Amino acid sequence: MQILLFGAFNGLVVGFFYALMALGLSLIIGLSSVINFAQGGFMVLGGYFAYTLEPFLGFWGSLLLCPIFAGFLGIAFERGLIRPLYGRDPLYSLLLTFGLAMIIEDMVRTIWGAQGVPFGIPDYLNSPVSNIYFFITGYRVLVIGVTAATTLGLFAILRYTRLGVCIRAGTADLETVASLGVNIYLLRAINFMIGILLAGLAGILAAGQLGLTPTMGSSLIMPSFVAIIVGGVGSLIGSMLGGLLIGVAAGITSMYFPAASEVVIYAIMAIVLVLRPRGLLGQEGLLE
Amino acid sequence: MTNPAYFLGIRPSAWHALRLALFWLVLIFAPFWLPAIGSYTDLGTRVLIYALAAMGLNLLLGFAGGLSFGHAAFFGLGAYGAGLFLRYVGPNTWLALLSGIFLGGLAATLVGPLVMRRRGIYFAMITIAIGQMFYFVAVRWNSVTGGEDGLSGFQRAPLGFPGGNAIPLTGTQYYYFVLVCFAIAVFLLARILSSPLGHSFVAVRENSRRLEFLGVRGGRLIWIAFAISGFVTALAGSLDSMLNNFTSPLDLNWTLSGIFVILCVLGGMRSFWGPFLGAAIYVVMQDYASSITQNWMSIIGLMFMLVVLFFPRGLLGFIPQRRTA
Repeated sequence: MQILLFGAFNGLVVGFFYALMALGLSLIIGLSSVINFAQGGFMVLGGYFAYTLEPFLGFWGSLLLCPIFAGFLGIAFERGLIRPLYGRDPLYSLLLTFGLAMIIEDMVRTIWGAQGVPFGIPDYLNSPVSNIYFFITGYRVLVIGVTAATTLGLFAILRYTRLGVCIRAGTADLETVASLGVNIYLLRAINFMIGILLAGLAGILAAGQLGLTPTMGSSLIMPSFVAIIVGGVGSLIGSMLGGLLIGVAAGITSMYFPAASEVVIYAIMAIVLVLRPRGLLGQEGLLE
Repeated sequence: MTNPAYFLGIRPSAWHALRLALFWLVLIFAPFWLPAIGSYTDLGTRVLIYALAAMGLNLLLGFAGGLSFGHAAFFGLGAYGAGLFLRYVGPNTWLALLSGIFLGGLAATLVGPLVMRRRGIYFAMITIAIGQMFYFVAVRWNSVTGGEDGLSGFQRAPLGFPGGNAIPLTGTQYYYFVLVCFAIAVFLLARILSSPLGHSFVAVRENSRRLEFLGVRGGRLIWIAFAISGFVTALAGSLDSMLNNFTSPLDLNWTLSGIFVILCVLGGMRSFWGPFLGAAIYVVMQDYASSITQNWMSIIGLMFMLVVLFFPRGLLGFIPQRRTA
């Protein structure tokens, strides 16, 4: 039982990383119809920014500010390179972000080294909260808390602010939103930035848990795709739940049958695709 | 742009035949002129292999309009199929090739139904994720596949013929073996694309709804295209593992899938020979870049971005084509 809980909880924490990444990806897919392969790259950048700036800003400062730095990089990328590709075959934006992902990974390797670096977290976060459930450390509680708060904040923005209304409406029918006088280019840029911000946050949180390596981005972005497919394209809550689901499944599997811990994620995806092709909470006919 | 045939005073179809003959002559004599310009034969072999993979993918990508970002899976499965056969069963190049083709091709055929009803970026996302599934199987199934380190410990065997004759496949002989495989596959691809089936692939790409109104099931056509391109890509993969006498999980990774797509786009994915041009440029450039800098991944990434921003129609997209399909 202890082992099952241990695996499930480990998986839950990783699942929160997947969920954050998948949320950001979903936002961008919804409004810009771009699969941002570079999401993993921005996530790694967030982590490495925090690693570099932690001596100056402290842990909390970098946790707060570095996602924003990543977000600004994201907005520059969107304005400069993605924007000219709107309205063209979606293949091109895929390839563009694909190229960017390769460049970011290579640059991170060149600047910070291929070996990977440890990311220090405050000591008081490292100790277990409970003696019986030794695996529940303060940091893991923090990860879950921050992610939950961020997600609730995001849903609140989407639900209650004018920006959120525009984003939701634009996801459903961008043309109508544009004809009502909304600057959709600005809207897409802001939305893109929010997506990258989530990735940067995931990067910093994951850095404290898993350490930082240049390839971390590509190893976390694939499960995020799966999370979106499992949860259903077009549903943010679906992406979130999909991420948690596959995280927990992988965590439990890794306790009993470690070799299958990655494959089980894709097996779940295949099962969902066969039984319910639109995903758990997805809408029919989106993005097609 | 006036067709060069005009200046030569020949009919356009004769000009087309002339170009094609010239192309094959260049390929046939590659083992002679490649060393002469300071290159090596295996590089030519690799160009053929990557070109084959890209042309196989392009049947789906450029003609049927399926954005597959997972074709490295079938390439890699082909590579593992051939490698595993040579390592565990016996030294027989024919059977190794067949097992590679069937492992990759059957995987594509089985995966097809999962993706065939999807279009656009959703198609891309599912294919890339399914590709990663095979990647992790190769990485984690240590005892059979050699895991992260890749599968080694096999050698391509001499090519046996009935009657007891066998041709040893050293560098140059292996080039010609690959060239023959390439020629057969390309001939089949061209035949398929100029058949009614090939035309209906283009129809799915252009207007699948209209096709449905005509009573044709677009999804099934995508499935067929997916399977065919999977078989061709798997053939390329088997040839690749026998070229290197080695195969690694990187042969199944999504980065390679993306590279196959960019090969098609770079050369021109609406033209039959475009992917070949893309593959030739890529293989030569990668060979050169990785010899001068550690950062060749950035260079490839930059190539992705430059192609998208400046050559979206591909290099052959600028040259008026005689329609092959």
